[in-house]
Amino acid sequence: MLRLYGKDYSTRLLLGTAGYPSPQVLREAVEAAGAQIVTVSLRREAARERAGQRFWELIKELGVDVLPNTAGCRTVKEAVTTAQMARELFATPWVKLEVIGNDDTLQPDLFGLVEAARILNREGFQVFPYTTEDLGAAERLIEAGCEVLMPWGAPIGSGQGLANPRALASMRAYFPDTPLIVDAGVGAPSHAAEAMEMGYDAVLLNTAVAKAGDPARMAVAFARGIEAGRLAHEAGMMEPRDMASPSTPVAGTPFFKLDNAS
Amino acid sequence: MRILINGEPRETGARTLGELCAALELGGGKIATAVNGTFVPARARDGHRLHPRDEIEIVSPRQGG
Repeated sequence: MLRLYGKDYSTRLLLGTAGYPSPQVLREAVEAAGAQIVTVSLRREAARERAGQRFWELIKELGVDVLPNTAGCRTVKEAVTTAQMARELFATPWVKLEVIGNDDTLQPDLFGLVEAARILNREGFQVFPYTTEDLGAAERLIEAGCEVLMPWGAPIGSGQGLANPRALASMRAYFPDTPLIVDAGVGAPSHAAEAMEMGYDAVLLNTAVAKAGDPARMAVAFARGIEAGRLAHEAGMMEPRDMASPSTPVAGTPFFKLDNAS
Repeated sequence: MRILINGEPRETGARTLGELCAALELGGGKIATAVNGTFVPARARDGHRLHPRDEIEIVSPRQGG
């Protein structure tokens, strides 16, 4: 079971809702993935268009929990106000906190992130900070009240997979009891499986499914990759070794002579 | 008075944020609001007086990653 702020989930794939060819394809992908949590956002509403209302109806029909983000926010003030608006709109204390520090990499501004997390936790939010694998920042976020951390795999939308697997592995080892979700940069089911094999608790992705030739099939591929990686982690993987080691028993090998046994 | 709604200059006769949302036919909709960068909860819109050059954000649910 995946436990996030006291709520249990049976699937470890969190799915973004942006960039699908149509609302129908989004619906099919969420259902095919078996996703129980989807990320959402808020944007300026043009009078009479009611785009937000239609999207909200779709999400309600899907019966999933929503994790609103603060995507696009560049300052603490913007992120906090956006989170406050999202809490009212989506009626949830959850927020995927993004404070973007660089337009090219969309990497988080860790200083602003920690400050915004502190403010929001104090206001009763349950914060899912989009962070890097930096251990110092992670400690500050936990001190600020975050019970979940979401380090990036690679820059948002890049599909590069786990750009810094060693750092992600040490983050896992350093915070054994904190739910850790790899968020962003995941491009292939194998990337998601790798994160899960390392012991990450879940994977959050969007573009890799939304922009696939067949998003619903790709959603299934990711769900299975994540399940496979999780099973492997729970089963305990063998340690790699430098040299070959025969898997078939050596004792009793036919034609065996002592001179061969060097 | 002249205000900014979602980044666009507009003329309005609305005295409060609640009146403005109603005039835009968004009053009963699934929206959230902020004025000059500060969140204004739905219950406070009717009591929130507008001033010239106020910058108003009106947002609604949208797809996100």
